[in-house]
Amino acid sequence: MSARQAVYNIGYLDEQTKRMIRRALLKAVAIPGFQVPFASREVPMPRGWGTGGVQVTAAVIGEDDVLKVIDQGADDTTNAVSIRSFFASVARVATTTRTDEATIIQTRHRIPETPLSEGQVLVYQVPIPEPLRFLEPRETETRRLHALEEYGLMFVKLYEDIARFGHIAKTYDYPVLVGGRYLMSPSPIPSFDNPKMHRNPALQLFGAGREKRIYAVPPFTSVESLGFEDFPFEPQRFDEPCALCGSTGGYLDEVITDDAGGSMFVCSDTDHCERTATRSGTESATGTEAIA
Amino acid sequence: MTPLLQVRGAGHRYGLRHGCRDVDLDLWPGEVLAVVGESGSGKSTLLGTLSQRLGPSEGSIRYRMADGRVIDLGEESEAAVRRLWRSEWGFVHQDPADGLRMHVSAGGNVGEPLMANGWRHYGRIREAAAGWLERVEIPADRIDDHPTTFSGGMRQRLQIARNLVVSPRLVFMDEPTSGLDVSVQARLLDLIRGLVFDLGLAVVVVTHDLAVARLVSHRTLVMKDGRVVESGLTDRVLDDPHAAYTQLLVSSVLQG
Ligand SMILES: Nc1ncnc2c1ncn2[C@@H]1O[C@H](COP(=O)(O)OP(=O)(O)OP(=O)(O)O)[C@@H](O)[C@H]1O
Ligand SMILES: [Mg+2]
Ligand SMILES: [Zn+2]
Repeated sequence: MSARQAVYNIGYLDEQTKRMIRRALLKAVAIPGFQVPFASREVPMPRGWGTGGVQVTAAVIGEDDVLKVIDQGADDTTNAVSIRSFFASVARVATTTRTDEATIIQTRHRIPETPLSEGQVLVYQVPIPEPLRFLEPRETETRRLHALEEYGLMFVKLYEDIARFGHIAKTYDYPVLVGGRYLMSPSPIPSFDNPKMHRNPALQLFGAGREKRIYAVPPFTSVESLGFEDFPFEPQRFDEPCALCGSTGGYLDEVITDDAGGSMFVCSDTDHCERTATRSGTESATGTEAIA
Repeated sequence: MTPLLQVRGAGHRYGLRHGCRDVDLDLWPGEVLAVVGESGSGKSTLLGTLSQRLGPSEGSIRYRMADGRVIDLGEESEAAVRRLWRSEWGFVHQDPADGLRMHVSAGGNVGEPLMANGWRHYGRIREAAAGWLERVEIPADRIDDHPTTFSGGMRQRLQIARNLVVSPRLVFMDEPTSGLDVSVQARLLDLIRGLVFDLGLAVVVVTHDLAVARLVSHRTLVMKDGRVVESGLTDRVLDDPHAAYTQLLVSSVLQG
């Protein structure tokens, strides 16, 4: 150990740990949606953020990568900024806020609005990887249910929602079936984002640090949100446009604007919002054709 | 025609001690077999062995499946046995809390086995659940209530509905009435007898209560110290017991 100053390995984690995580990732990619155990390490992260996603990022990142970090869709939260600067210093990577320029996107709670493309990697921070946990607390039993593909229990949860509320009330962490085989938690993203996972060209990796689990959805894999024939999955919808950029079809957050209870709805994806605003600003200034 | 269950030399050990051993029996479709004996005689162990709920066992247990194939249960994979649990067998526990999800509605409890078997139409699942609640005399307006709000008798009837909704061929019951008040017991036994008869179910029912055996079973098997000491038609066993132990058991009941 250095006497005066800690010397970090590239990407913070030591090579042996990275190899171990990569092995888990390879297995996860080979069995889409299957939770692979791994020996989670301590990583200095802001309170409440969790370390699983960061460990995955640390294991796959290289010096040529361009990293984007979002927290609930925003690049500019304290957490997103500090994780970006963490990797800029320990992995010497370039960072960006632009979805289309990033090679790795570390996310918590959102999938960017800008469609991802082949070659990109989306890394999700996962708090609770087991979708059956709240219905069946025994892990030996949930593991058996996955192994035997017995997912009736998950439908019981959806049944209970419909019986109580008249519709499936779950709007976050909405369960999905991956590759027609494994039931998977998409992490607490809004169900609005679920359709984006389906046959996405990007590689989607999921890390749960406290729970020591890694799982993956390889590019172009089917991801089906569960539902009944007569009560199919319905992602959330927003009727109004973003109050800042005017775009429609994106996920909106309600922002309180004054003490009198005034509020407005704005894009949760800050990169998408800024670029839409800039683009429409340019358009109205120059009056040229819309950008595809 | 072969029996539904053909059991030869079946046994199960806890460590070095046998919970039950050397059990031979045949169970035919539509037949109700009572297993009686005092506490600790191995009744529940035998039930657990037959239904494959306990680990590895001795002897052979052959089961004739709905498609006519005869399988040796000890040689089947866990997945195959669990498929039987889902689709061809039921298991009614003495304590309904062991067989129900106490924090899922009555409708969800009855609907779960259907969903486990691939039902994916909410309306049809609910309709089937409602139909079964009616059959076990649970008021329709309780369909969305949790079993925690039910009486003991209602819980047990709900557990029975949850087991019968998939139209099983064979149902195991371990002391299904003994946790209940006497008046509730009688009504439940009546219900069980009616359903078993209507559905033509084969049942293995464990009870320490000879009156229960008398009321619901065709044949009775008497156990002592893990072994079968006598078996035969229920009325014959109870009215004209051959084994000295059965005579004792019957007379002790008569004495009250
Ligand atoms: N899990 C276990 N581990 C060790 N021994 C057990 C276990 N379960 C039962 N036994 C023993 O096996 C024997 C048979 O028990 P079993 O529970 O089958 O009896 P039973 O006839 O169902 O009794 P009861 O009427 O009290 O329910 C008893 O000696 C019991 O102590
Ligand atoms: Mg018992
Ligand atoms: Zn916007």
